[in-house]
Amino acid sequence: MRTQLQQVSTRFSITLIDELAPERDDLLFVQVEKDQAVPFLTWLQELAGYTHLVFFTAVDFIEEGYFQLTYMVHDYSTHQDLAVLLKLDREDPVVESIHHLWPHAATYQQEMYEMYGIEFPGSPRLHDDFVLEGWDDLPPMRRDFDTRQYSEDTYFPRGGRKSRDTAEYMKEQLYPGEAETW
Amino acid sequence: MVGDKVKNRDKFPPVSDGKSQYDLYSGKYLKVWQGPQHPGITGNMSLELVTSGDQVVEARTHVGYLHRGFEKLMERRKYIQCFPLVCRICVPEPDFNEHLFAECTEELAGITVPERAQWLRALTLEMARLTSFLMWIGGQAGSFGMGTLGQWTVTMRDYMLDLFEELSGGRIYHMYIIPGGVRSDIPEGYFSRVEETLQKVEHVLDDIELALFHNAVFKKRAKGLGIIDPSLVDLYGITGPNARASGISRDVRKDSSYLIYDQLDFQPVTDVGGDAYARTWVRFQEMYQSIDLIRQMMHRMPESGPFFTKLPNVLHWKIPAGQTYKRAECTRGEYGFFMVSDGSEYPRRVAVRGPSYTHAVTLMERLAVGANIADVAGLMVSLHTYPPEIER
Amino acid sequence: MKKDEMNEQIAQIDKAMRLGNEGLSDDQKAYFCDQRPERIDPYHGILERFANWARAESLWILGFGTGCGAIELRPLMTSRYDMYRYGIQPRPTPRQAGVFVIGGYASVKTMKRIVRSYEQMQGPKFVLGLGSCTINGGMYWDSYNTINRLDHYIPVDIYIAGCMPRPEALLAGFNRLKEMIKAGQCDGMNSYAENFDWYKKNQKQIIKHWNMPDYNW
Repeated sequence: MRTQLQQVSTRFSITLIDELAPERDDLLFVQVEKDQAVPFLTWLQELAGYTHLVFFTAVDFIEEGYFQLTYMVHDYSTHQDLAVLLKLDREDPVVESIHHLWPHAATYQQEMYEMYGIEFPGSPRLHDDFVLEGWDDLPPMRRDFDTRQYSEDTYFPRGGRKSRDTAEYMKEQLYPGEAETW
Repeated sequence: MVGDKVKNRDKFPPVSDGKSQYDLYSGKYLKVWQGPQHPGITGNMSLELVTSGDQVVEARTHVGYLHRGFEKLMERRKYIQCFPLVCRICVPEPDFNEHLFAECTEELAGITVPERAQWLRALTLEMARLTSFLMWIGGQAGSFGMGTLGQWTVTMRDYMLDLFEELSGGRIYHMYIIPGGVRSDIPEGYFSRVEETLQKVEHVLDDIELALFHNAVFKKRAKGLGIIDPSLVDLYGITGPNARASGISRDVRKDSSYLIYDQLDFQPVTDVGGDAYARTWVRFQEMYQSIDLIRQMMHRMPESGPFFTKLPNVLHWKIPAGQTYKRAECTRGEYGFFMVSDGSEYPRRVAVRGPSYTHAVTLMERLAVGANIADVAGLMVSLHTYPPEIER
Repeated sequence: MKKDEMNEQIAQIDKAMRLGNEGLSDDQKAYFCDQRPERIDPYHGILERFANWARAESLWILGFGTGCGAIELRPLMTSRYDMYRYGIQPRPTPRQAGVFVIGGYASVKTMKRIVRSYEQMQGPKFVLGLGSCTINGGMYWDSYNTINRLDHYIPVDIYIAGCMPRPEALLAGFNRLKEMIKAGQCDGMNSYAENFDWYKKNQKQIIKHWNMPDYNW
């Protein structure tokens, strides 16, 4: 698979990422440009045998200012996984929809719009409520949304719950002498 | 979305732009909500059905009644704090969450698990599969009006839960598979009690075959209900028994074998009908397969050995940066965890891929078209959907 | 009926759903009651004791599995734990049910349905909070989508702690509930009626998409 990907690397302007990958031969990571993502995925589905979309999700790297979209596709003949990574600007999160390739991708896109605020123009029922109803705050899976603060402000926390840093607590209370040796 | 091979085509509204154009005011169509407060719904989700007569012409699923934001909560918990949390994602078989979370963490941290721990993990996973199947077949029979089978199998499931309780201390949430191994060794004489329970279960399964699969009502209603064409399998991301009932042999345990499944002797169960009856039959055969696998494991498991590997101090446990994906075959299909670590003490992102995500939403919306209202519940159970893993 | 006439009526009904009965004709008012719930005083003496005994011995629970705690109701219904011998049985509709078992965590979307189902139940009605999630949020205390305290939204008669509570704990909880009913201590419906504004304020604070009447029965 590696050679096959290297052959098309200039055609789809993809780069293989080896430093992310675990030491396994059935999982490869590939970085793709935004405008080449859908052509590359179409090629994977129709010609390269990656017919199964395992999942499609996003990771928020707020410090670097981008969302990492992950299209995980699977080839049933060789039992290989391919993770197609796409860096998406956090300020302008619009990307092409892939619901025409896999119908169930529409559900993932609906969820991502709600959880991250990523737009997929043309995806069916994208702006309908998915799991939240009447949500009016930041999209909750973004890193700058503080779920604890929101919960404390909204849901009347019952007093008496103490939350402490477990490591500090153990150092101070349980093993006061031994903490330095860790 | 209207299916291709529906009878009485003129009964269905015209389709344009991929959407049915129906006029609710014409008096020909009626909108019916099924769920969330409805006994025919598995878990807690709702179906918005547009019907003509008692035939469904359009279906929409609404999920989100059980959304707890696990993926957000895990971002602000350390790896070891995530461990008691993950099992709560899926209630009837929580062990797969524990196993996949542990495997992802171990792979990123570069930890190898002792052999005996791998056998113990596989044993609990297979027992969890059997337990979940026992719960499901009660629902499947109940949705076609045979509540008695549910009485039998849920009791059998309870005996299986007793075994889990003895092993881990928990009935529903076991929290047994921890990163680094398993939490405890098996108690003395455990295998004989497992064998005893398996024999009871087998006995009940034989009865179920007579009561369910030879039942004219079940045959008439389930045959031809919700046929999954083999060409849909890849398109809709269908995995597990739903795909195997359409004649496509896909089993993660066999294809990309994990733990010790490559040392066991089994073949994926397949059928060719693709309808609710075939799916029920495949799952029913897999219950026998699970029993067989548990027996194989009990015989081949190494007698003794370490079941836990030494971890660094888990409260300061920093996992090297990296990304990984792990999958396992749960009762409903492919269950997967995608973990992204950025080198800190907290996971950057843990994404859960539940098999119901595709089965219950997109596929259900397609298959429900053309079914009777009374059969929608049976169709839903035959897809074996479980809402908590859709919305997490 | 013509389409635009029907549309008009539906628009009226929509409006009525949000604003109570305002602007509706008299015969339509009956469909959308905006009357506040009222306090119902108990009978006197032996009559009330008899009624309480009867209520306690026929607890019909609403078959609405609102969370993961509902999975332990399944063993409870079947032969091993068999709750029917205590006079407890599930009912499919709120109209026939007297006990509402909130099975664990309640997300905001479910909370809306819980409020509606609770209001539709006929009194006297009792609420049983299952699991630590209903008490203080439990595992999900910092989640953005699950409530922390159930008793701020509907009155709760008894809590069963645990994650999740075993069927034995549930049976013990039901038996305790029976004792409380017989002693006349379960007065959740009246406290809902008396503190109606407070409950509604709390409910509206979390349910942003409020498209139902304030009180429905």
